[in-house]
Amino acid sequence: MTTAVATSSVPDVTSATSRKRRRRPLTGRTVIVSVAAYLIAIVFLLPYVEMVITALRPPAELQERGYVPQHWDWTNFTSIWKTGFGTNLKVSLQIAGGATVLVLLVALPAAYYTARRKFRGRMLFLLLVLATQMFQPAAMLVGIQRQFVSYGLSPTTSLILVNAGFNLAFAVWILNAYFSSIPSELEEAAMVDGTGRLGALGRITLPLALPGIVTALIFTFIAAWNEFIVALTLSGDATKGPLTVAINNYIGQYSVDWGHLFAGSVIATIPVIILFALIEGKVVGGLTAGSIK
Amino acid sequence: MTDTAAKTRAEDVRPTPRRVRRGSPWRRVGRIASPLLWLGPAIALIGVVVLWPVFVMFKTSFQRFTPNGFYLGPAGWRNFKDLFDEPDLNAVLTRTVVWVVVVVGVTMTLSLGLAQLFNQRFPGRRVTRWALIAPWAASVLMTAFIFRWALDPNYGVVNVILHDLGIVKTFGSNQADWLGRPDSAFVWMMIVAIFVSLPFSTYALLAGLQTIPHELYEAARVDGASSWRTYRSITLPLLRPSFLVALLINVINVFNSFPIIWGMTRGGPGFETATSTVYMYQLKQAFIGESAAMSVINFGLVIVVVLVFLKVTRWKDQVS
Repeated sequence: MTTAVATSSVPDVTSATSRKRRRRPLTGRTVIVSVAAYLIAIVFLLPYVEMVITALRPPAELQERGYVPQHWDWTNFTSIWKTGFGTNLKVSLQIAGGATVLVLLVALPAAYYTARRKFRGRMLFLLLVLATQMFQPAAMLVGIQRQFVSYGLSPTTSLILVNAGFNLAFAVWILNAYFSSIPSELEEAAMVDGTGRLGALGRITLPLALPGIVTALIFTFIAAWNEFIVALTLSGDATKGPLTVAINNYIGQYSVDWGHLFAGSVIATIPVIILFALIEGKVVGGLTAGSIK
Repeated sequence: MTDTAAKTRAEDVRPTPRRVRRGSPWRRVGRIASPLLWLGPAIALIGVVVLWPVFVMFKTSFQRFTPNGFYLGPAGWRNFKDLFDEPDLNAVLTRTVVWVVVVVGVTMTLSLGLAQLFNQRFPGRRVTRWALIAPWAASVLMTAFIFRWALDPNYGVVNVILHDLGIVKTFGSNQADWLGRPDSAFVWMMIVAIFVSLPFSTYALLAGLQTIPHELYEAARVDGASSWRTYRSITLPLLRPSFLVALLINVINVFNSFPIIWGMTRGGPGFETATSTVYMYQLKQAFIGESAAMSVINFGLVIVVVLVFLKVTRWKDQVS
C-alpha cells in the first residue's frame, strides 16, 4: 500500500514510458496475447449483455429464439415501478448507505489507532477483525435471525447493523494500510505549527488517506447492496425488502416474470459495476491485507 | 489522547519527577481507556453482530421450537441426533466437499493462467481488466438468475446455441432441461460458481505477480533459463503468499455460497442439489433447532479451515 500512495506523485514518468512502449511495433506474441485477452473479456461480459437484451425484449418476444429481439422495448423499465420497485430501491439505498456510514464511523478511529500505536491487546483486536472477515453471515444465520427478531428492531435497521459488522474488516485493513504509509512526522510537524492533534488529523492525515476512504466506502456500499441471505431471512415482507429480495420475488411458484426480473437486475447492477471499476485496483489490498500483512 | 506510546517510552529514560506521575492512577486509567475509546465502537459492533449471534446459534441448537419460532424448552442433544439421522445428510455433506474442492480447485488453476495473461503488456489491457470485474461487482444472485434463464429448456440462449450446434435435438426435451436433472444442474451451478470466483482470484494473483522484483526475471534470462523453468522456480514460489490467501478466501466464500444454488434450483429437487449451507436454510423453514445444529457444524468446519490456514502461514509472526 506504501507504493499506492508513493506512485501517485510520479505519474508523468510512468505514463511517458508506457506511451513509448505502446509505440513499438506489434509483435506476433502481443497480437496473440491481446486476442486471447479480448475473447476472455467478452466471455466475462456476455451474461450481462444477455441480461440487458432480455430486459429490452418485448414481453411477446420472450418466447422467440432469436439472439436479439426484433424490436427493442423499454416498457419493462417503465412498468417495473408499478410493481413497488421504487420502495425496494429506497430500502436498498437506506441499508447500503447506513451500513457504509456506520462502517466509516467505526473503522476510521480503529484503523488510525492500530496504525499509530503499539498497545497491549492490539494483536487480539486484529485477530477479532480477521475473524469477522472469515465468518460469513450464512454460517451463523440462525443466530442472527433469532437475535435480531428478539431485539424487535426493524428489518432495515437490523440489516444496516449486520452489513456494517461483516464488512468492517475490509475498511479496517485498507485504512490501516493507508494510515501506516503516512509518516507520523507529517502530523507532528502540523501540530508544531499550531494545529491540535485533531486539526492535524483533519488537515493532513485524512486527505492523504482519501483514496483508501473512498475505496472502503464504495466496497462496503456494494457488498451491502448485493447481500442476499440475511436480507431474505430478516425482511419478512418482500415488498418492503431490499432489491435482492424483490428481484428474487419475481420468481413465482409457477411462472417467472423474467422481463421485470432483468429490468430490475440491470437497474441494480450496472451502476454498481461502474462504481467498482473506480476502485478496481485497490480492492484486493483490503481483502487480503489481514491475512498476509 | 494524552499519552502516546512514544511518550511513555521517553519517560522510562527520564529521571525521577515524571516517573512518579506515570504511576498515578489517572494516567493508568488513561492508558487503558485510550485504546477503548478508539477501538470501542468497532469492538461493540463486532460483539453485537458477530460474536453474540454465534452464542445464540449454539444455544438454539440445544433448544426445541415450533416451526414458527415459539420456544418449547431444552432439547439436549436431540437436534444433533435428528440431524445425523436425516437420510439426506450424508449426500449433502459429500456434495458440499465436491462443491468446494471442484469450484476452488478449478478457479485457482484458471486464475493462475488468467493472471499471467493479464499481466502481459498489450494495447487495451485496462479495458479488458474492467470487463473481468463484472461478475465480481454484480450481485451473485442476479448472475445466477441470468444463467437460470439462459438454461431454460424452451427459450434459453444456451439451448438455442446448443441446438444450432446440433447438440440439443429438441427444445423442451429432458435433455434440454439442464436444471431439472440434479447432476447436470449441479455441474452448471459449479460453472457459475467458478465464473463469479475467477475475478477476485485473478486480481489477487495479479497483485502478487506485481510484487515479484523484475531483476529476478532478468537474472534468470541472463542465466539462460527457459520461460517454463522461470515460471516454476521464480514465479510460483514467490506467488505462494497471494495464492494461499486467495485460496482461503475462496474456500470460505464458496463454502458459504447460497445465492447461486438458491437462485438456480432452490437446492431441489428435494435436497438433491443442496450444499450444507443451503440445507441449513431449507431446514430452517420447519426445524429451527435442527437447522441451528447444522449451522454449528458448518461453523465448526469454517473454524477448522481458518485455524489450519493461520498455522500454515504463521499469521501471528507476520502481524507486527
